[in-house]
Amino acid sequence: MLIRIFPWTLLLVLALFPLVAPLFDFTYYVGFVRHLLIVMIAATSLNFILGYGGMAALGHAGFIGVGAYTVVALVDAGFTSAWGAWATALIVSAAFAAAIGAVSLRTQGVYFLMLTLAFSQMLYYLAVSLRTYGGDDGYGLHTPLTLGLGLGDAQGRILYWLVLAIAALLFAFLNRVAVSRFGYALRGVRENETRMAALGYPVYWIKFTAFTVAGAVAGLAGALLACHNRFVSPSLMHWTESATLLVIVVIGGLGRRWGAPLGAAVWLTLAEVLKLYTDYWRWPLGLLLILIVFFAPKGMAALLDNRGKSP
Amino acid sequence: MSLFIAEGLFKHFGGLIAVDRVSLTVEPGEIHALIGPNGAGKTTLVNVISGLLPLDAGRIILDGVDLTALPPHQRVRHGLSRSFQITRVFNNDSVLDNLLLAVQAQTGSSFRIFGRRADKSGLRERAIELAQQVGLGEALDRIARALPHGAQRQLDVALALAAQPKLLLLDEPLAGMGPEDVAEMVALIQRLCAETAILLIEHDMDAVFQLADRISVLDYGRVLTSGDVAYIRDHPEVQAVYLGTEAAR
Amino acid sequence: MDAIFLIEQLLNGLGYGLMLFLLAAGLTLVFGIMDTMNLAHGSLYMVGAYIAAQVHERSGSFVGAVFMAMAATVVIAFVLEMLVVRRIYSRGHLAQVIATFGIILIADDLVKAIWGPAPMLASTPAALAGPVQLLAELPYPAYRLAMLAVGLLVALGLYLLVNHTRIGMLVRAGASNRAMAECMGVRVDGVFSFIFALGAALAALAGAMMGPISAVQIGMGEAILIPALVVIVIGGIGSIRGAFVAALLVGLVDTAGRAFLPPALRAVLPPALAADLGPALAGIAMYVLMAAVLILKPAGLFPARA
Repeated sequence: MLIRIFPWTLLLVLALFPLVAPLFDFTYYVGFVRHLLIVMIAATSLNFILGYGGMAALGHAGFIGVGAYTVVALVDAGFTSAWGAWATALIVSAAFAAAIGAVSLRTQGVYFLMLTLAFSQMLYYLAVSLRTYGGDDGYGLHTPLTLGLGLGDAQGRILYWLVLAIAALLFAFLNRVAVSRFGYALRGVRENETRMAALGYPVYWIKFTAFTVAGAVAGLAGALLACHNRFVSPSLMHWTESATLLVIVVIGGLGRRWGAPLGAAVWLTLAEVLKLYTDYWRWPLGLLLILIVFFAPKGMAALLDNRGKSP
Repeated sequence: MSLFIAEGLFKHFGGLIAVDRVSLTVEPGEIHALIGPNGAGKTTLVNVISGLLPLDAGRIILDGVDLTALPPHQRVRHGLSRSFQITRVFNNDSVLDNLLLAVQAQTGSSFRIFGRRADKSGLRERAIELAQQVGLGEALDRIARALPHGAQRQLDVALALAAQPKLLLLDEPLAGMGPEDVAEMVALIQRLCAETAILLIEHDMDAVFQLADRISVLDYGRVLTSGDVAYIRDHPEVQAVYLGTEAAR
Repeated sequence: MDAIFLIEQLLNGLGYGLMLFLLAAGLTLVFGIMDTMNLAHGSLYMVGAYIAAQVHERSGSFVGAVFMAMAATVVIAFVLEMLVVRRIYSRGHLAQVIATFGIILIADDLVKAIWGPAPMLASTPAALAGPVQLLAELPYPAYRLAMLAVGLLVALGLYLLVNHTRIGMLVRAGASNRAMAECMGVRVDGVFSFIFALGAALAALAGAMMGPISAVQIGMGEAILIPALVVIVIGGIGSIRGAFVAALLVGLVDTAGRAFLPPALRAVLPPALAADLGPALAGIAMYVLMAAVLILKPAGLFPARA
């Protein structure tokens, strides 16, 4: 029962948060939660390929960058519709993910990890060199994108609720995929590729499809991040950003429904809280990582989930 | 025309020739056994026939369809299925889930991302049927990893059977089994040949003599000779190359 | 673009390549023999650079500073191996990535606590501050020549160690077939600790040597880790020879890319486009190289495992 109402309760609490926050002088945290929700989207997409598909990609931030720079390119060209920009970001990053996946997925293990890293580094340097969009210094989106439909601009609480809606829909969608025929096939590939091929599954295309979907969703997260920050720079795509996403997914719980959201919430909240008290906020996080690898190798979602459910 | 025709199969790794111009056929309903000492190239042969390793030369034809250029999963679609010498089941899943995944591959697209994999679609019935066929009907909810070795091998065969193959490649299905398990598996293979032709790779000579309609002997990647059980049993060269080394071991 | 400039850039590329080799050698051995992906290798490099810069400034002796840095880093690596790395040898690559990323975060904060957030100035040793007249029109910094010499010497030493000593034999056996080595009764644990310490010493040496010609700052380890990983993947994981060849290749490609690509592009493309494209192509050159190598030879140039 608790399990059934929990997601809806959480959604309700999150939806009400911007209305309640001003009463407690928490307005700053509306932005924080908005950011958190966007990171959750990206982490959930990585969990889809890493947790369910067993593909250890160390270049996921590259797709976030592609999505963000798609928004920058559109804004720079005078385009202002948020919906159009987000949809375009989704499509463009899907195309990038398809191209990168087509090459990288021919390799396995560490080589796959290194190839995905290499491609995201290429995207990083591409962004650094795009002086039209500010190069190293980044690009400020001075006016917010417009939503139309009487919703005004994509900023503030409206943007918060939209991000929440998109995050919830994508979360539901990817979890639905996990129990679809495709989801079962994807987990089979994670467990044993050779056997899957011998059973008649087109292993490569299953991985390719999952990789492309995950890249597209990460790209959408990047587009939302661009609107959230109103600023885009190549540092979005730095390899440590990809590593951080990996960390979030692993500490949350690989291949677990609540793994990515939990990982993102814990990681970002801890960082935020630690930053309040000290300049040295990285080492406790580092220590946490080592402790989790030692003592909770299946992630925090597994600790909470005593039924040991690992579909 | 034979059900299955392999013609001039050739595979080398660097300087090592693992499969040297092997030609063989399997007739409908037949169990064709392939024997040979360790390192004779038996497993490599299974891998090139099933498509997990690319061929360097040769042709593979099943039921009139040339499979040579097809990737493994499409060969399965055309009726060529295999088991594995080293058991490859989905260790963390139950027997039923293992079989559901195998059956799913044969029934409609696996790229459907909307909608749950419905239990009412007949997958479950077919999976249970397979389990009963190999003698795992009582073990549906057991986790594969926790099954005894013999049962794991049975599950491995059941996974291969899910494709309803025209030709089933069994790669040393008796490897590492105790006598009771061997008897059970031999009985299973005998039952199976009513449904599918079988290319059986096996070390256990007693079982091979008991099961096979025809035997080919592989040595250094080549087919040394081919014939029925009596012919192979009494073949002097076979005794020297294979049975001799087996006895000497 | 004349011959002098070309030679100068080639030498720079070789120097960078040799320093990459120092890093990659340890990384590839740890990876090849212990099947462990150690992202914190860059942190050892950073620590080496900081200690060397500090000791050099205090004592005035560069050679002493380099040795101090190596010794101290080996001690740190020893502790690290005992506390963390030893416990993740047998874990999957993902767990190793997470744990060693954790070490990076801790190391960055520790360095910040000790030396502060601002980059540190590492001075060139006085004796090597000037240029050496290599050719009539080619003055070349003496310090960079010293780097070349050190790099080549270490490469030679590693070659001798791996190919002509007992421990080297164990190392090769471990890289090509760990199970076999264990069967032969090799005390793998001892070899592991030795390899890890050796890798740390070389990383510290690279850091100490690179200090005066680059910025000694937090994040320098993360920045050079990626090229070092690229090197070991191109060379073939576990292969010292592969790491050497790949390091020189990457050093040359990277340096040549930065030096020659922008002017070459300016010659054929509109200036604005060339200015955009030049640095991008130079930055991605080594990644393109790696992708190309992996597509042609999926296990790298010199696969250690047959």
